[in-house]
Amino acid sequence: MNFTFRNMRIGGLLVVVPENESRYADEWDNYNFPVANSRKLQNVIGIDRHRLVTEGTCASDLALFGLRHLIDRGDLQPDEIDGLILVTETPDYFMPPTSSVIQGKLGLSQDMWCLDLNQGCAGFAVGLIQGFMMLQQESINRVVLVNADTLTRTCSPQDRNAYPLLGDAASIAILEPSADPATIHANLQMDGAQHEKIMIPAGGFRLPSTPDTAQVELASDGNYRGQDHYHMDGIAVLNFVQNQIPPLIENLLSTAATRLDEVDWFMFHQPNRFMLEKLADKLGVPRKKLPNDVVEHYGNASSVTIPTAITHTLGAGLTENTYKMCLCGFGVGLTCSSLLLQIGGLRFCEMMDYPSAQQETA
Amino acid sequence: MTELTQTIHSILAELRPEADFSMSVDYLTDGLLDSTDIVSLVASLDARYGISIEGTDILPEHFTSVATIARLLGKYGVAS
Repeated sequence: MNFTFRNMRIGGLLVVVPENESRYADEWDNYNFPVANSRKLQNVIGIDRHRLVTEGTCASDLALFGLRHLIDRGDLQPDEIDGLILVTETPDYFMPPTSSVIQGKLGLSQDMWCLDLNQGCAGFAVGLIQGFMMLQQESINRVVLVNADTLTRTCSPQDRNAYPLLGDAASIAILEPSADPATIHANLQMDGAQHEKIMIPAGGFRLPSTPDTAQVELASDGNYRGQDHYHMDGIAVLNFVQNQIPPLIENLLSTAATRLDEVDWFMFHQPNRFMLEKLADKLGVPRKKLPNDVVEHYGNASSVTIPTAITHTLGAGLTENTYKMCLCGFGVGLTCSSLLLQIGGLRFCEMMDYPSAQQETA
Repeated sequence: MTELTQTIHSILAELRPEADFSMSVDYLTDGLLDSTDIVSLVASLDARYGISIEGTDILPEHFTSVATIARLLGKYGVAS
């Protein structure tokens, strides 16, 4: 499914990461594998350290910390927010929507639209598409897209296939009208037939969480996890990505009448370095134009990896420079989505730490 | 045993020194290799033979035995 948008832009980008950091080398004893085996994996898929929330910290806490920072600094006017989208797989509650919790805590206007989207690693792209759709309404002039997840709280610390790769983070992107008439191209594909490839089996109403589902057991892949924990079929997801993403990007560039070498940066979701190097090779993109070092510095924080890649790679340079970027997210659903747009001239583009001592009340 | 199969055996032994691959007819169903091991194995094979195995070829059925791995390498011009 293809989309086009005009006269819209990303006006600012902020990423919030917990200051609490854990190093992979310090976790080897937690895993059911020889140390030499874990060490080899470190070099291949690019794991080194990751940022994790401390106990009790929710995705909304990271988001509120960043939003208050922007409001206090005058980079975001609360009364100008017409739409608030929160993309998360780790909401505060089943109900109410966590976007409403954020709206209430910030004291935002009641004349606005709060929307939770249950999306994962494709969530920045999907959130941008949803936000740009909102901006097509005359009554909506500014949308705050928040991507926030605390996936490490869902993962077994004894699961070497997932835990050392994951991280926690939030990002805030300001979406607003632009005088620039350049077309933003986007596309989206969903394959619900593969919904079990990335999932947390228990904890919903299909399989409520019980002492049995919480029980950690030895899985066939040699890791210890329970049904309450995050689980990913790594090879199936790798194949989904390698098969689906190249034609998705070809379709995007074709509809935009843009050559591969006209794109300055390919800012893709970052599950691990190995997968991205294979993807760059398959696409015929120089590896240096498709950054792949987010996981080794911060961990994979689901939909936040794309804004993290942008701020980590380009940072404040995006307040002055403008680049043609291809964004692409892929993951839970299974979902994949990409956008081709100009990003630059931002009012802010930065990353900040969320202090471990920070406490948010319910 | 050819030089290729010897090399594959030695890479597997380095990857999972505690595992006995000789008694297995399917490394995956027998739990000797998981998805992260396959990633490590592909990286080792890429480096050893100066190739880049495509992501679309990283399928479980290509990593069930030394024979299937050798067949996959044959696709990339690595002679058995």
